[in-house]
Amino acid sequence: MQSIQGILEFVDQVFVNLSAWFSSLLANYLPDWAVTFVMMLATVLVLIFFGLGSIIWINVFERKIIGRIQDRYGPNRFGPWGLLQCVADMVKLLTKEDVTPSQADRLIFNLAAVLPIIPTFLVLAVLPFGRGMVAADLSIGFLYIVAVGSLGTIAVFMAGWSSRNKYSMLGGMRTVAQMISYEIPMVLSVVGVLLLVGSLSLVSIVDAQGEWRLPFVVLQPLAFVLYFTAAVAEVNRSPFDLPEGESEIVAGYHIEYSGIKFAMFLLAEYINAFSICAIATTLFLGGWRGPILPSWAWFFLKTYFLYFVLIWLRATLPRLRVDQLMNFAWKTLVPLALANLMVTALVAKLVPPHSLVGAAALLGVNVLLILGIAVAKYPRWKREKREVVLVSKSAAPEARSS
Amino acid sequence: MTRLKTETVTINMGPHHPSTHGVFRLILTLDGETIVDVEPVVGYLHRNHEKIGEKNNWIQNTPFTDRLDYISPLNAEFAYVLAVEKLAEIEPPERANYIRIIMVELNRLVNHLIATGFLLNELGCFFTPMFYCLRWREMVVDLIEMTAGSRMMPNYFWIGGVSADLPEGFLPECKELVSALPGFLDELERLLTENEILQMRCKNVGILPPEVATAFGCTGPLLRGSGVAYDVRKAEPYSIYDRFDFDIPVGTVGDVYDRYLVRIAEARQSIRIVEQALRDLPGGETATPKKAKFRPPEGDIYHRTEAPKGELGFYLVSDGSEHPYRYKIRVPSFVNLQSLPYMCRGHKIADVVVVIGSIDITMGEVDR
Amino acid sequence: MTSQETFERLAARFPGFELAYVEGKDPSVVVKAENLVELAQHLRDEQEYDYCSSITAVDYPDRFEVVYHLYSMKNEDGPAILKVHADRENPQVPSVTSIWTGADWQEREAWDLMGIRFPGHPNLKRILMWEGYEGHPLRKDFPAPQDEYTFS
Repeated sequence: MQSIQGILEFVDQVFVNLSAWFSSLLANYLPDWAVTFVMMLATVLVLIFFGLGSIIWINVFERKIIGRIQDRYGPNRFGPWGLLQCVADMVKLLTKEDVTPSQADRLIFNLAAVLPIIPTFLVLAVLPFGRGMVAADLSIGFLYIVAVGSLGTIAVFMAGWSSRNKYSMLGGMRTVAQMISYEIPMVLSVVGVLLLVGSLSLVSIVDAQGEWRLPFVVLQPLAFVLYFTAAVAEVNRSPFDLPEGESEIVAGYHIEYSGIKFAMFLLAEYINAFSICAIATTLFLGGWRGPILPSWAWFFLKTYFLYFVLIWLRATLPRLRVDQLMNFAWKTLVPLALANLMVTALVAKLVPPHSLVGAAALLGVNVLLILGIAVAKYPRWKREKREVVLVSKSAAPEARSS
Repeated sequence: MTRLKTETVTINMGPHHPSTHGVFRLILTLDGETIVDVEPVVGYLHRNHEKIGEKNNWIQNTPFTDRLDYISPLNAEFAYVLAVEKLAEIEPPERANYIRIIMVELNRLVNHLIATGFLLNELGCFFTPMFYCLRWREMVVDLIEMTAGSRMMPNYFWIGGVSADLPEGFLPECKELVSALPGFLDELERLLTENEILQMRCKNVGILPPEVATAFGCTGPLLRGSGVAYDVRKAEPYSIYDRFDFDIPVGTVGDVYDRYLVRIAEARQSIRIVEQALRDLPGGETATPKKAKFRPPEGDIYHRTEAPKGELGFYLVSDGSEHPYRYKIRVPSFVNLQSLPYMCRGHKIADVVVVIGSIDITMGEVDR
Repeated sequence: MTSQETFERLAARFPGFELAYVEGKDPSVVVKAENLVELAQHLRDEQEYDYCSSITAVDYPDRFEVVYHLYSMKNEDGPAILKVHADRENPQVPSVTSIWTGADWQEREAWDLMGIRFPGHPNLKRILMWEGYEGHPLRKDFPAPQDEYTFS
């Protein structure tokens, strides 16, 4: 028993121990400030390579699952089970000609290709990947994520504007409107969780879920759904992927980009999708908490499970139109988020924290809220069923023109 | 309060576009995201079909009609062959009639499935319903390949019958397919009909009132979705359609959602017809003897049929020789497409592709 | 109603117009170009032929002919076929777009491929061939694609 505990502990802390060993190695040769500096650099490099490396197989994961939903194999030519497909795609994109439209604003055009990647990686810095495995434990963790994540909006707008193309301008405008509108419900829905925890730091949020002994999805189910929906819209994934709506404006704001610049946009989109799944895991599903398996294994399991749900949504649902998108954000998500916030604040003030009574109260109140919404919407759902009329005529008996 | 002065923008949805059903150009005049005017420009696939048809002889034109609507080619062959038979007063044998009905109704089913799949593709469903529909198309197309030898341009009908009898394995496979299809249509309906996003995108989009539809000359699911119960198979029955028992699905509002429902309901009615035809299939020969040189008597004839996309008519003028003097095809997609500007005004850009998908055009037909 | 009846009603309603009844598998009524619009209006409003199925242009050695196939959706009634002759030098047939909106593109096609003008048409442009194309491909004196290349 002891040895099994020991083994689990070792596996759990393997990365932490590795970095501790490395820093002690460096301490032999370098002064303190240099050690700190090199460790920071190493952490950054590990994060970047992790982000880029995981793209390789997230992409294939996604395409194979979509293929299976559509009753076909996904990519299965390159590498075992098609795992090197993404490498092949990257090589293809790298060898494409890098076209810049003659009328385009060159500086902004080129800058816009690079910009989306930056906030994406910055967000990864505060995520706790496991017990003690966080690159930077900021005390304003969530605020930092929101602030930095909005930089992506500017990049998209720059791309759309500088291409001097009506389609990409349209796409850019739509995207900016969508991203700004969906930030608000995204942030509001999380504030309930922050109230319960009392801190913005992501590490303390995960620790708080340990103290409550429950993931926050049980205490705040509505907030989880709202956050997930708003985040899907924020990163422009289907069914909210109007900005890159292939069938209408043919790729929207990144129409004019080719080759490696287009690859940058794609990369940013995939890592963004991964980030929101990771954030949702941290805030609502208990982060790295879980029995038996190492903490980082739990983190990735939960994140990839949410990513699977994203893929599932993408393969199944049609796309929303731009005005319906906006209506949904402002008329549905924001009021619901506010309602959730008020209810949570009220209950959190009245019941003792970290107790079973408190948990039950919060859950009960959320269930009541959801039931209330369902009841309010039910008449509209019932009324809308439409069918065709089957007209059975006999074939006209008399002869036509003689 | 003074109004804000705005300018309209002209955008070109050019011939190269993933969702315009072939090479087809749209000039959109927009005010923000709202459409002020739509001007369709066709003719990119014009192959001068009618002139080549005049140079061919009557028998050579039968496979040539396959190239019009390449998604349901047997319907075009059927219409042409019936028109020539009416002109020359040839009566095909009974078995040939039943085989033709089976093939034509299976083609209709395939066309409606593909139309639905492509409509959902335009809605952004990322190919999933399209793959499901295409999978069932594969089974039907396998049956056609078994019989006619080719999947897409079958060249199966003759003037006076069909070119070959049904092969050995056809009947059991067809019966199996027909019994499995309603289950698939149920599955498709479960996935799509109650889908809230589909309803939001399709309801009250592209409304075509019945009088306007009639004035434009629209036919097919476009017309029946608007509430006019007009089907050439019932109004002016041709071939042996008066022996079959089937209904005409008719919509109520005339929007994209109604047309989608009408197509699925028509697919179910086609299955009914195929079941009845399989049940009543007589024996006998499959073609009247062919003459080497086919010369129908002088005169002109207009014969129309209900193709899946609408009313397909052939106006043939014969001067007694082996070649048609005038070979004109009244194509449903061409006439239906005229209603596009009317249906799109006041909607958003995203709705234009949905409306085009609901009209269900094939550029091979429109441009000939 | 049969074509005979349609013809009789037309003749009774418009005694001054020249109408000729042509027998055949599809009996038709030959009308003069200048009377076309009035007759079409009557057919649509009083005889309820609300659906113009097809407008065809045919090139005969001595004349051009435009054939109209009209049906009634309301009564599910059979075809009323009108034929209008136009002379070869300057073929002009009044447009019926004001009566059946669906005649729009079909008349444009007749203009494009056969060269028959339709005065009164709102937008008589080429539809299948491109703007600036010279010639009318479906005419008999235009070489067939199998005979020679008409453009490179």
